[in-house]
Amino acid sequence: MSPKTLYDKIWDAHLVQEDEDGTSLIYIDRHLVHEVTSPQAFEGLRLTGRTVRAPDKTIAVPDHNVPTTEDRVNGITNPESRIQVEALDKNAKDFGIHYYPVSDVRQGIVHIIGPENGWTLPGMTIVCGDSHTATHGAFGSLAHGIGTSEVEHVLATQTLIQKKSKNMKVEITGQLSPGVTAKDIVLTIIGRTGTAGGTGYVIEYCGEAIRALSMEGRMTICNMAIEGGARAGLIAPDQTTFDYIKGREHAPKAEDWDAAVAWWQSLRSDDDAHWDKVVTIKGEEIAPVVTWGTSPEDVLPITAEVPSPEAFKGGKVGAAKRSLEYMGLQPGQKLTDVEIDTVFIGSCTNGRIEDLRAAAAVLKGHKVKPGLRAMVVPGSGLVRKQAEEEGLAEIFTEAGFEWRMAGCSMCLAMNPDQLSVGERCASTSNRNFEGRQGRGGRTHLMSPQMAAAAAITGRLTDVREMLSPEPEPA
Amino acid sequence: MEKFTQLSGIAAPLPLVNVDTDMIIPKQFLKTIHRTGLGKNLFDEMRYDDKGNEIPDFVLNQPAYREAQILVTGDNFGCGSSREHAPWALEDFGIRCVIATSFADIFFNNCFKNGILPIALPEAERDMVMTDAEKGANARIEVDLVSQTITLSDGTTINFDVDPFRKHCLLNGLDDIGLTMEKVDAIAAFETQASSSRPWV
Ligand code: SF4
Repeated sequence: MSPKTLYDKIWDAHLVQEDEDGTSLIYIDRHLVHEVTSPQAFEGLRLTGRTVRAPDKTIAVPDHNVPTTEDRVNGITNPESRIQVEALDKNAKDFGIHYYPVSDVRQGIVHIIGPENGWTLPGMTIVCGDSHTATHGAFGSLAHGIGTSEVEHVLATQTLIQKKSKNMKVEITGQLSPGVTAKDIVLTIIGRTGTAGGTGYVIEYCGEAIRALSMEGRMTICNMAIEGGARAGLIAPDQTTFDYIKGREHAPKAEDWDAAVAWWQSLRSDDDAHWDKVVTIKGEEIAPVVTWGTSPEDVLPITAEVPSPEAFKGGKVGAAKRSLEYMGLQPGQKLTDVEIDTVFIGSCTNGRIEDLRAAAAVLKGHKVKPGLRAMVVPGSGLVRKQAEEEGLAEIFTEAGFEWRMAGCSMCLAMNPDQLSVGERCASTSNRNFEGRQGRGGRTHLMSPQMAAAAAITGRLTDVREMLSPEPEPA
Repeated sequence: MEKFTQLSGIAAPLPLVNVDTDMIIPKQFLKTIHRTGLGKNLFDEMRYDDKGNEIPDFVLNQPAYREAQILVTGDNFGCGSSREHAPWALEDFGIRCVIATSFADIFFNNCFKNGILPIALPEAERDMVMTDAEKGANARIEVDLVSQTITLSDGTTINFDVDPFRKHCLLNGLDDIGLTMEKVDAIAAFETQASSSRPWV
């Protein structure tokens, strides 16, 4: 048998049919659904008299435009958001799919609750009408975003029409330096390869620095595969993966568990597999980074200065000019001199328990700079609950952060959590596009640690200055 | 889905790179539960000021381009969020064809599902189309999917590539779901086999 990549193996295990030109019908193991990209798909099913083929493989949750204030139990005031959430309530009930309503403690961002409740497992095909579905690739599952027509297609047939992507390997060798996180790894990769560098590829992340990451960190990496243009990101499952999954509500049990692990252990790229593109980065070379512009590829180490548009080539010169104007920055300005107005910790990139722990560790004993708005939005109700039990919520609120209910919140500002024109935000989310966090809002992407450090000083800050030189005794 | 065979129309030049789906249709317009009606908010933040007045400089506000059916643009068009509202907004405005040097993956697929033809051209050829588009309403561009050609206003023709299956579906207005439903036996057979080899799924 010819050697295969992990992607090849998952693909082959889900191939229902393949045409001569490579157009394939792929079976979908898990279909995640949220309120924004699904109403028109369910509308389509009703219009054509179709049903959901595999309701037991379909999981729905409202997350994108639910309010994150505690009074949301009294109902959503924005009429349009309410209509979408009510439409999902009704669709979930009418079509008999799994559902986590706003009132359920397990409600949260779709890409956080999938893994958290054991829906996401290695070797699966997982889709959702949301580009950050790539997150689930951290488990060695082939996961990617689809459009609403495809949502309807999967609901009706439990399959997707696909053509195979190319294979790309991104290897992070060695070890990370203190203060450097999974977020810095993935932003550094995008900074090198560009937002279109992964177009047409499925990326497998590997190497010692990736292996050393927790599942939370691996999810942060795969989450942003899409920002690098790739259809999906993958990390081969290993003991860290199995330990994370074991015992979760929908994870396999008893003899199923043993059979599953046996198969999962075979899910790795063969040594001599063919790669269409390879990128290698030394872990030691990665610094804590922030974005300065309006594309996730606009990445620099926090110690750098704002670049001049002339430093770029081609269409990027104009784009950089436009970015700097939008961001209100001057070439040559030190990034650490850039003052911020707001801090947002949350999103499917960095809204998990480990992210909150990391931010709280930096914040402990400090206060948010007076005048700054700072909020933490846990990725799910379960993350929120755990953080409260661990005392993290208290650290955040004592420092001056708002402690919110779970949802997407200011990651995309579809709910009331928005930036105003010119407001500058240190954000742990994944997109710094113009207007992403509110019209005219300015976003700097960074890790939770860096966002916490920025909250204390009121400007973009190198978190390493706040780390004690000697590790504290445990 | 509406068929796409041949189109003769005005092309609007939008010489920007990395136009993302947030720019095509900002998220405040995603709260609809229907597919239609998004055209008036296409490119909303570039097209209107804070008070909702048209920004006269923006290409689709210029008299020559208000009826444009083709959009000519730069690298990585449609990047960002997977929202299908982006092609819905384009289609609702009347754009049936987007010509760019490259496209983001999900957006590219979404176009075909909504009767929009995305064409990726090498830079030199895209530039020829862009130059023609800049002539405004005097220049009608013809896009023929059957022969896979673009004919510029001076008669120059440019060939383009398109996936044969996508082409077949666009030409016949075929809906993917209907096509897949015909394969229901193969799907059921796969499910039977998978439930014994991977029962935990
Ligand atoms: S947190 Fe942000 S990126 Fe993630 S699903 Fe929600 S809106 Fe999308």
